[in-house]
Amino acid sequence: MPADAKQARTAKEPLFHIAKRDHIAWWKAWLIRVSAIVLALVFSGIISYLLTKENPLSIYATMFDGAFGTERRIWNLSQSLAMLLCVSVAVTPAFKMRFWNIGAEGQVLVGGLATAACMILIGDKLPSWLLLLVMVIASIAAGALWAVIPAFFRANWQTNETLFTLMMNYIAIQLVSFFVYKWSVPKGSGQVGLINRSTKVGWLPKIGDQEYLLNILIVLAITLIMFIYLKYSKHGYEISVVGESENTARYIGIPVKKVIIRTMLISGAVCGIAGFLLVSGTDHTISRDTAGGRGFTAIMVSWLAKFNPIFMVLTSFLLVFLDKGASQVSTKFGLNKSFSDIITGIIIFFIIGCEFFIQYRVQFREKEGKTK
Amino acid sequence: MSEPTVTEKPEKPEIPAIRLEHITKRFGEVVANDDVNLTVYHGQILSILGENGSGKTTLMNMISGIYFPDHGKIYVDGQEVVIRSPKDAFQCKIGMIHQHFKLVDIFTATENIVLGLNEKGRFSLRRAAERVREISAKYGFELDPNKKIYEMSVSEKQTVEIIKVLYRGADILILDEPTAVLTPQETQKLFAVLRNMRDSGKAIIIITHKLHEVLSLSDQVTVLCKGKNAGTVQTAETNEEQLTEMMVGRKVTLNIDRSEPVNPVDRLMVQGISCKNREGTELLHDISFTARSGEILGIAGIAGSGQRELLEAIAGLQHVDGQILYHNPKTDQIDDLRDKTPVQIRELGVRLSFVPEDRLGMGLVGNMDIVDNVMLRSYRKGKSIFLERKAPKSLAEKIIRDLEVVTPSAATPVRRLSGGNVQKVLVGREIAASPTVLMAAYPVRGLDINASFTIYHLLNEQKEHGTAVIFVGEDLDVLLELSDRIMVISSGRIAGIVDARTATKEQIGLMMTKNTKVQTQEGGAADAG
Repeated sequence: MPADAKQARTAKEPLFHIAKRDHIAWWKAWLIRVSAIVLALVFSGIISYLLTKENPLSIYATMFDGAFGTERRIWNLSQSLAMLLCVSVAVTPAFKMRFWNIGAEGQVLVGGLATAACMILIGDKLPSWLLLLVMVIASIAAGALWAVIPAFFRANWQTNETLFTLMMNYIAIQLVSFFVYKWSVPKGSGQVGLINRSTKVGWLPKIGDQEYLLNILIVLAITLIMFIYLKYSKHGYEISVVGESENTARYIGIPVKKVIIRTMLISGAVCGIAGFLLVSGTDHTISRDTAGGRGFTAIMVSWLAKFNPIFMVLTSFLLVFLDKGASQVSTKFGLNKSFSDIITGIIIFFIIGCEFFIQYRVQFREKEGKTK
Repeated sequence: MSEPTVTEKPEKPEIPAIRLEHITKRFGEVVANDDVNLTVYHGQILSILGENGSGKTTLMNMISGIYFPDHGKIYVDGQEVVIRSPKDAFQCKIGMIHQHFKLVDIFTATENIVLGLNEKGRFSLRRAAERVREISAKYGFELDPNKKIYEMSVSEKQTVEIIKVLYRGADILILDEPTAVLTPQETQKLFAVLRNMRDSGKAIIIITHKLHEVLSLSDQVTVLCKGKNAGTVQTAETNEEQLTEMMVGRKVTLNIDRSEPVNPVDRLMVQGISCKNREGTELLHDISFTARSGEILGIAGIAGSGQRELLEAIAGLQHVDGQILYHNPKTDQIDDLRDKTPVQIRELGVRLSFVPEDRLGMGLVGNMDIVDNVMLRSYRKGKSIFLERKAPKSLAEKIIRDLEVVTPSAATPVRRLSGGNVQKVLVGREIAASPTVLMAAYPVRGLDINASFTIYHLLNEQKEHGTAVIFVGEDLDVLLELSDRIMVISSGRIAGIVDARTATKEQIGLMMTKNTKVQTQEGGAADAG
């Protein structure tokens, strides 16, 4: 090549460019994920050392201890995992349909409210098996109602479901506030306290002496059913088609309106069950914080698991583990909650960020050989 | 290549306007371009010809700064350059006119042309309009610089796109399938302009599928086959057969056998249908026609003349006034399909298949695999609440086998397939329902010759089985060869129904613009290259 030396002046490739991957071997994807977690641990180790001068390893040991340290902690972890998983599974059909349901928080709350109302108002009037049945039905109905209102408006008048479901949250919170005040014990304290503390009427029964086991089993069953529903049922297929392309759904004759409303009924109903489990099976009380932000965290869990309910066991475990571990760190080292939030934030950032490297490939400029 | 020297003769300068050497581009495992070389001189029109997925557009996108090559060098006017972004491309005086226009509807032509330009000195829209007029006059465009985009016809919009790159000083123009949306008359006008530009020393690269356009317009043809150079030939020394052979890698017969309709029966009687959009503009006006069994009814018209609404009305997706009567061959009953949903139509026992224009947005679901897409039509069957994937799976495999769909497996998401294979899956599914009426909207748009002919043969086969085929097409040559009758629509009205065996292209081209305000000039320069 008779190339003039001057010509090379503009000839400079960019340092790297980014190309979308077509396909990635599963082991490579997992290698990237594992190295992301290692990097996250190293990075947050450095940050924690700089901020607190504590040994990062002892911080991690404390995190582990906070999550698995005692049998009780393991049960607590599993219980929190189950609750988060339940809400995540609940929002999944909606998100799979590309219906941005950010109202799970409110749907869980009204489910819990309905449960609490049954326990307080008719707790002594029904046999306990019938009461539990009524509570389940009431919570399902309440959650489903809260979800179907935005769905109805969206299906018929194309209202924005994101704003609508968000607003429904505030209504639910205020509604709960109102009833908490009304039912508060002692009057005016603003707290309901343990409902039916002495009789334990309407409390979800224990299995053996494990308080949370029934909760966990119910959630696992729901997760499995949802997995099968989404993957193998005709309804699940319709949800995917509507989510991917409403136009295709219309073309093929899927009743889009009906699918939207039906799916949100299901989504809300499962949220209602989550509310029931929180009130009847966990807290035995109701407050504005009963849902505890799970309605929002669940969205992340669901997306991270790519809408696969089985994977959600993993992703919700990750978030619950970080949460439990980090709060133990805060307690033990006398740091406030913000520190544990920093650690959680860093780790989640790395985990979500590594998906980029699974989707895309970064190519660096090749070194030019001299024999050209 | 020898040492570049400038010769005296201006019509054949020795330094190429643009030269590509050993360009390679990979997307994951797929090699889109493999060691491609290409040369264009000033004052020359080069056609790039190749089947779908042969890497034509990828190659051009690397010149215009949208992709960056993995290997290889680009020389502009003999200097090696690195084009990292469309901005770099403009600095090298390269301008690309994409297939899909990128214009702001509510702006005027001039406003769109200067949009994003950051010229030194005070900005004057009037001066800009003046320059637009100069450019138009120089090359023979017809354009009102102050006309708003939404008032323009497709060909005017294209003119704006071309002037946009000329305004930025482009010396090398790349046009990606510019004639796909034009009528024959508009195409002639565009070609006249392109010839003017060539004569004034611009280098022009044109990507097209249409062989006769290659032959009539270009000076040289570079053929790509599976991402590789299949050769470069002088247009004057070649013919359609040779080009096809280079492109496909083997001999292909380009004839469509048109059989006489056997025993045609009126199958679908459309009577006086009209419809309006939300703004109250009439999209269809009093359309009446009959589709017969064993016959292909072609529908010609400028894009957006109501073809989509018409087919969607028949398919039960669009509300219309009037009547759509279907003669059921089994029960001998006549049903009105108007305002019935697709499911109701199916429940009436009407075997209506529809290949819509928007394949991945309407006919198929891009993220689903072939099996799940094949299942769209039939998943409802049976009372079980669960899906039955066995029959769809074997149907998918049958379609893959019979239509030679190139795919890793039946479990591949259809969006990963190339355009032709996507269309084969869609047509395969629609035909599998053994329809009595088959509607296909632009079924070969964006498809290569091989895939196109597969589709034509499938339509012909359906016709021979006694299906009433309705075929909306854009290539008039094909419409004339394939159809039995052609209905021309223009601005939502029927401009006429003609016998495809006797009609001419010019006659249909004129009918297409009958009711519109768009001016057409007759008899544009049609000299062959």
